[in-house]
Amino acid sequence: MKKLTRMLAALVGFGCLALSLTACGSRESLSKQDVLTNDRASNTITWGVKAETKLFGLMDVKDNQVKGFDVDIAKAITKKILGKNGQAKFVQVTSQTRIPLLKNGNIDAIIATMTITPERAKQVDFSDSYFDAGQSLLVKKGSPVKSVKDLNKPGVKVLGVTGANSVANIKKFAPKAKVLELSDYAQAMTALKSGQGAALTTDNGILYGMAVQNPGYTVVGGAFTKEPYGIAINKGQQPLKDEVNKALEEIQADGTYNRILKKWFGNVAGFDYKEAAR
Amino acid sequence: MGYIISHYWNELVQGLGYTLLASVIALFFSTIIGTMFAIFEVLPNRLMRVIGRVYIEIFRNIPLLVIAMFFYVIVPLYIAKIDGFTAGTIGLTLYTSSFIAETVRAGIQSVDLGQMEGARANGMTYWQAMSKIVLPQAFKIIIPPMGNQFINLVKNSSVLAFVAGFDLMYQANSIASLSLDTINSYMVVGLFYLVITLPLSYYMRHLEKRLAN
Repeated sequence: MKKLTRMLAALVGFGCLALSLTACGSRESLSKQDVLTNDRASNTITWGVKAETKLFGLMDVKDNQVKGFDVDIAKAITKKILGKNGQAKFVQVTSQTRIPLLKNGNIDAIIATMTITPERAKQVDFSDSYFDAGQSLLVKKGSPVKSVKDLNKPGVKVLGVTGANSVANIKKFAPKAKVLELSDYAQAMTALKSGQGAALTTDNGILYGMAVQNPGYTVVGGAFTKEPYGIAINKGQQPLKDEVNKALEEIQADGTYNRILKKWFGNVAGFDYKEAAR
Repeated sequence: MGYIISHYWNELVQGLGYTLLASVIALFFSTIIGTMFAIFEVLPNRLMRVIGRVYIEIFRNIPLLVIAMFFYVIVPLYIAKIDGFTAGTIGLTLYTSSFIAETVRAGIQSVDLGQMEGARANGMTYWQAMSKIVLPQAFKIIIPPMGNQFINLVKNSSVLAFVAGFDLMYQANSIASLSLDTINSYMVVGLFYLVITLPLSYYMRHLEKRLAN
């Protein structure tokens, strides 16, 4: 009995520790600092980008640089805000780590295939949308799955990525299917190849990139949701948000945006470049 | 924390269930397989000793995550269609069995050689002596390190999260991304792991005391 009491005491102790840690987790001082002022002083903006997403942000193993549409847009915005010599620094994020990293101040802004959603908007501020994606399906060529309707059957497994908005969506569109969440797109693609699921679901922009890398797989069913991508900025950083929105407008007006879009999506089969151009 | 627990109770209980199930299966089979390979290692037959050595060195020296991914990705492609939970549990079982084999071997070797010789001199066969005289004494000696292995096993079951095995860690990742409250999500899941590991560690101590007398 004595042992049991001691065990309970340990549990309670851990609980208290957890509570106290949470209390100091929300650092007040950070949200009061002005990120834009700090960035101007250091002439650097730190961006959180994906590093495993072909076309948007992919690590090039040859020179250890992350390359993609998100990365180029971030560079263009940095030059507009800080001037020609402004430096863009890139930190790799995943769907899971991006919001905590932003909140902790490790990064100034997220540009990582992030859909603007009301739930997320409670946690972070979003810029205007910089890319209009839509959720779709990637399947093996010749698969019986032709659209999201074919997935709405008991026993069908759909692959997604933890933290992605698409996982919540597919549960609405195909409530009978079982959704398997994997840690990133590379893992989800590997699982699709091993036959762990009938289809991989996420935004079409990402899926096109995977279809380019993996001949034998194809995007089907068209887009069944609208997923506008936004740049996420911490709450209380209105000056940076305003500057980002201004820069976005400028790069769309002077053609930089379309040039970057063409560079990454111009040759992608099935992608309507003219419709996406701004 | 209260919000996470009440709001995601079903997910947490599901996670606890899968973690417990994987742990119990892996504990059962890794103890059997581990003991088997431990005996291989002390057999007079040289070939059996080599087989035991090779098995243990392979599974002891490759990261658990790699073993689990092998069963999740490669095995379904060429051998058998197995899902994430099965793949993760098989990986966990084989990985843990190699550590248990080393522990049991140490236990067997710490039993005085005279015990085996005495049993054989009294007319027992090698297997009778091993199962009735040596192993019971060995198991008594290795209860504390076995307790360590079992607790490690429960915690290592978090590898299921990477192969979509619906365990506690998988739910933690999912809850963290749904609630956007990373710190509290992982804190709660830490508590749920304690619910399994603390009683286990208490029971192993209890067993140790009881058998010592």
